[in-house]
Parts: sequence; structure tokens; C-alpha cells
Amino acid sequence: MNKFKITMAALIGFAMASGAQARDQIEIVGSSTVFPFATAVAEQFGRTSKFKTPVIESTGSGGGMKLFCAGIGLEHPDVTNASRRIKSKEFKKCQDNGIDLTEVVIGFDGIVLANAKGAPQLELTRKQIYLATAKMVPDPNKPCQSNWCEPVANPYEKWNEIDPSLPDAKIEILGPPPTSGTRDAFQELAMSKGANKFPHMKALKKADKKMWKKLTRTVREDGAWIDAGENDNLMVSKLAANPKAVGVFGYSFLDQNSDKIKGAIVEGIQPTFDNIAGGKYKISRSLFFYIKHAHVGTVPGILEYVAEFTSEKAFGEEGYLLDKGLIPLPAADRQKYRNDGKNLTKLSM
Amino acid sequence: MTDYSDPQYRAARLKKRYRAERRFRAYGLAAVLSAALILVFLLSSIIYSSLPAFSHHHVRLDIEVSSDYVSAEAPADGNYLGMVRAALRQQFPEVTARSDKRALYQILSIGAYDDIQKRVIADPSLIGSTMSLYVPLSDDIDLMLKGLIDRNLPESERIVSDRDLQFVDKLLSEERIRSQFAIALFTNGDSREPEMAGIRGALSGSLLTLVVTLIVSFPLGVLAAIYLEEVAPKNRFTALIEVNINNLAAVPSIVYGLLGLAVFINFFSMPRSAPLVGGLVLALMTLPTIIIATRAALSAIPPSIREAAMGVGASRFQVIMHHVLPLAMPGILTGTIIGLAQAAGETAPLLMIGMMAFIVDVPGDVTAKATVLPAQIYMWANNPERAFVARTSAGIVILLTLLLVVNATAIYFRRRFEKRW
Repeated sequence: MNKFKITMAALIGFAMASGAQARDQIEIVGSSTVFPFATAVAEQFGRTSKFKTPVIESTGSGGGMKLFCAGIGLEHPDVTNASRRIKSKEFKKCQDNGIDLTEVVIGFDGIVLANAKGAPQLELTRKQIYLATAKMVPDPNKPCQSNWCEPVANPYEKWNEIDPSLPDAKIEILGPPPTSGTRDAFQELAMSKGANKFPHMKALKKADKKMWKKLTRTVREDGAWIDAGENDNLMVSKLAANPKAVGVFGYSFLDQNSDKIKGAIVEGIQPTFDNIAGGKYKISRSLFFYIKHAHVGTVPGILEYVAEFTSEKAFGEEGYLLDKGLIPLPAADRQKYRNDGKNLTKLSM
Repeated sequence: MTDYSDPQYRAARLKKRYRAERRFRAYGLAAVLSAALILVFLLSSIIYSSLPAFSHHHVRLDIEVSSDYVSAEAPADGNYLGMVRAALRQQFPEVTARSDKRALYQILSIGAYDDIQKRVIADPSLIGSTMSLYVPLSDDIDLMLKGLIDRNLPESERIVSDRDLQFVDKLLSEERIRSQFAIALFTNGDSREPEMAGIRGALSGSLLTLVVTLIVSFPLGVLAAIYLEEVAPKNRFTALIEVNINNLAAVPSIVYGLLGLAVFINFFSMPRSAPLVGGLVLALMTLPTIIIATRAALSAIPPSIREAAMGVGASRFQVIMHHVLPLAMPGILTGTIIGLAQAAGETAPLLMIGMMAFIVDVPGDVTAKATVLPAQIYMWANNPERAFVARTSAGIVILLTLLLVVNATAIYFRRRFEKRW
């Protein structure tokens, strides 16, 4: 029994000691959308530099910000990835903890709606996407009165009930779960923007933003929208097997599986590489990462990692991140963020 | 009124009872068969889809280890990538334009130079010689050669471009391409390139985690069980403890992860993503299982053993250490191994303490950053590259094999040492 006591004491002592140890490996947390790009950069960085390969955790954008802004010190992460901009609340928390940070935009990611190769080509507008996915929609059977349409539980069961030009098929959408940044972006860029095509919704946004958010960003729960994996190869096989189903996911999955699925045309624009890069395809967002200034110099290699990420051979027009599905920024922006990363330009909000 | 003595009635009733019995047996058999069928279907589909991960196509290149790329003084700083690319270019003297060259390099894996680098660093005298080596092709080319990407599709619908096809066809006609066993799957840590991604990092992470779990939970669990079963008075307080232990065994595992995050990482400031913390969390999760199994094993020992030992003057401590515990050991070990097998397949609590992470280096000790097998499988499933589909299934096959070995050990122990009273 003595032996056991010694083991336990040694174990706990060891753990305490190691907690305070210096760290020679960059720790990165954050978005699962940025994860495939950050890991590719980290691996290249580990292969081609004298530094250790950074450790990257996929915690989601919000979870990453929480860990990142918790404080300065080696137990906290050095970099956080995000599929949206830092929120003012999060920025304030960072400031309260004395954290100065630099923002780097790495590129764009398009959100596509896709169905099986053999299924009819979908041509949607954001308004139609809103009508197909929202929980409450303006009542189609009741004329709007004095700039207000009564919201009712979504009555549309088939696509052609929304618009006769759409296929005569049941609405069946496989989308990302609520925890996902892809879902946040879809709600913001497709649903809310679509809802604003109704004048009364646009007016509501000014009058009662909370109500507007609730009406435009709540996804229907009657079975037409199914929470599926976020970035899941399984989803591609589900779509290929069921020609009626439509999937919502990041562009990189469409890119890798163009022999099995095809993207829906949104607002008359095909979800292609060039259209997303040129800003023509409407449902796309920027991807970010944030650097903690206080850790530069304490943890070796942070600036070198940032330089690798913002090098032309990584996020440039023919960089290796392209193969992973990242859509590059225009050249001037790339130069700007490369400089920001090098000079650690402080973010202020 | 029924006449029970009527032989005709009795014969009919007997027949009916036999029929009921046969039906009952058929139901049972059907239940077993359908369960077996589902299992066979599941296993065969996983194994079938994992097969492509166990082989990979390599191309034979004659690599000139020239002093232009590497010096004997510092072989570790050599430009091995350039060396391999030059060897590939030799096969295609007609490729000269910059963009064509870049497209040509794309058919090689990013790990194409690992082998030659290792060899030259181990033996710098190779500098100046020419070596004929098989280097891995990129994942897309490999998928196409395996027939998983249809080369007859129009170019816009497949990942492999027409130009790549020409390159590969030329190499094929020269018989330079062959399929090899994918040793990288077992020797490498994680990678973002499917052909370079291996299970070794996650496997060591899992083993380190389980060692910590075993060291902590086995002695604690067995001692707690001995105390509760053999020493503790039976009163309200011990009854309360017993209820709580049984209750803990049914708590969702993510709760242990939250506890681990709050206590081990935030309070004791232990490192994130470390097998030490993972092992401690899983030890907490496994404790109730071990305590319950140990108590069951102890109470199965007949009282006559204890009474006989006491009768010849053994103290309570001697009774337990010399007689009860050795006899109960097979049951205790079985319970522990089953608890560990359960811990080996757990991901939810590890998610909270950062063991779901991209880690390339293979962990060497319990404080190094590590991930575990089920977490690795989950991360591979989320990667967009097509070749990760097979890698994911291969990971599942390896995890299942590990669990099978562990459970078989448990059964062996039980069979070997179990005593029937």
C-alpha cells in the first residue's frame, strides 16, 4: 500500500511540475471550418522549419475565442481560428484580460447547397432558401396588411409550392447542426438576407432586431431540415443515394466530390471557385485567425508560423491551401494581412 | 366443463404445448440470427471500405543523391524535396514550362522524400550514388489507380486533371508504378495528407492514457471495494455510498470530461491534451465499474473460506490478503479489463480536455500532447479528402482489433482461473 501512495504522490507531483513547464510548441484552437487549412499549414511548417509542429484543436469559433481570451500564460492558447469575425463582447473580454491581438483574414469559404449528380439542377434565390428553411414564414394565403405579413408555421412541403419553377419534390435538407459555424453563416448569409427581400422584414430589422433575428434565423423543426454532420464525407454518400435530398456544407466538399454531387445555382450564380473568389456568389464568408501578442517571443515560432500561413505558396493564388478548398483573397488584401501578421498590427474595435 | 381425463383432449393439449415450445425456440434463434446478421453486415461493410487504406501506389524513381542538394557535413539540412523532384523530372524531359513542372510535382505525395532523407541521414556515404526507390504518389492519383475515381468522366467532374493522367499513363507504360502495403498507416502520426496519415500517434496516446487509467483506478477501485464489502459496517452511510457508486456508473461520460476540465486543468493547471489528464478522467469513469465488479467477485467467495481461515487464527487482514483476494482475482481482473475496454473507446470526456486535436508528433510520455484512437477516427471522418474515407474505416478496424484482443484476454483470465463452488 505504501507503494501505491508513492505512485500517487509522484503522479500528482509530476503533473503539477509539468503544468508550469515552458512550452516549445504552438497551441492553436478554434473553428472547425478553418481546421483543415490550419492543420495543412501546421504540417508544412513542422516539415520545413526547425520548430515543432503546432497542436491544433477543433473547438468551434466560439469555444476557441473563450479559451483564447481567458488570459495570458503558457496554459492558454497562442492562436485562435474563427470562421467569423471576433465579436465585440469577445474582444472586450480579451481586453479585460490584457490581451492584445492581431487579426489575419486567410481567405473565403463558400457555403453551397448541393444535390446528387443525377437530380435536377436547382436554381434558387436567397428568398426561396429562406422560405424553404425558416420555421416561421409570411402566410402565403393571407394578403399582407399595412406593411405586415402574419408569420405562420412553414407550410411548404414541396419545392414547387414555393415557386412553380422549382422541382416537384419534397423539401429535404441535410444541414449542419446548431453548434456549427457553417450553420451560423448559413442563417446569416442565406436566410436573413433572403427574408429581407420582404419589405416588412427589412422594416422589422430596424424596429425590433431581436424579433427579426428570431423570425429569420430559426430553422424549421418539422422534419424538412435534418441536422446532419457538419463536414462529413458521409453526407456526400447520403446525397448521392437520395436524389431528393439537398445538403448544406462548405465548398471544399463540393470541390472534392464533383463526380457525385453538384451545387445549386444561387441568385443566378454557380458556386465555382472563380465566382466565390470574385465575390459574385452570395453565400460566402471570410475566415480568420487571431494572434496573441504577449506569447510572441515566449513560445517559439509564432511569427514564423504566421509567415508560413500568409506566404504566397500557402494562401496565394496557386498555394497549397487551394487544394484543400480555400478560396484566396485578392492580392492587395493578401499583402495587407501578410504585413499585419509580420508587424503584429494591433486590432482595435 | 372440460374433461381432463379425456385422452383425446390430453393429446391435443400436449401437442399444443410442444408447438408453443418450438415457437419459443424459433423466436430465440431468430433473435440471435438477426443480431449476428447485423453484426456481420456492419463488420463486412467497414472492413470492405477500409481495404483501400492498406495499400498505396508508389512510383520507382532513380534518385541521384548529388552533392548539389546535400552535403556530407550536414545531411539533415539537405534539400531532399528538390532531389526527388529532379528525379521525377528526368522521366519527363519534355516538361520545361514552370506551370507544367508544378503540375508534375503534384502527382507526388508531400512525403515523397521522407524515405531518401532517412536513408541519407543514417548513412551519409550514400551521397554521390544513385538510388532506385519507390516513393508514394499523391492521394488523388492513388484513388484513380485503385478505380475509386472514374477516369472516363469529363475532366471537370474529376479531381485528377487530364495532364496528370498523361503523366501517370507514361509512368504506367514504363512499369514504374506498383501498389505497396501502406506501412505509413502504422508508422506515422497524423497528417493532413491521407497517404501520410498514420495511426501510431493515436495508438501511443491511447496506450499511455490507459496506463494512467489502470495505475489510478485499479488500486483505488479494489481497495474501495474491499473496504465496502469486507470491513465497513452495514449502515445508512455505507448504503448511501453504495447507491452513489451504482449511480455514477450510469452518469454520461461527458460529465467526467467537464469535471476533468474544471479540476485537473483549471484548478491543478495540468496541461491540456495530455494523456495524464485523459487517463485521470477515464480513471474516474472506470472506478464505479471496477468497484462493482470487485464487490461482486468478493461476495461470490463462499463464507466457509473466511470462516476456515479465521478458525485457524488468521487476522482479518490475513483472511483478505491470503485467501479472499487471490480467489476473487479472476473476477476483479475481468471487471477491470472490461472497464478499460470501455475507456479505450471513449471520446466524449476527452473532447473537453483537448484530446481531440491535430497532433503530428508521436507522444513519448504522459504529459506530451496526444490524441486517442476514437478521436483520431472522428477527425479523419471530418476531412474532406476522399482518401480519408478508407482511412477512417481502417482506423475503426484497428480499434476493433484492439478491443477484441483486450476482451479476449478478459475471457481467457476468467476461463483459466475461475473456480466454481
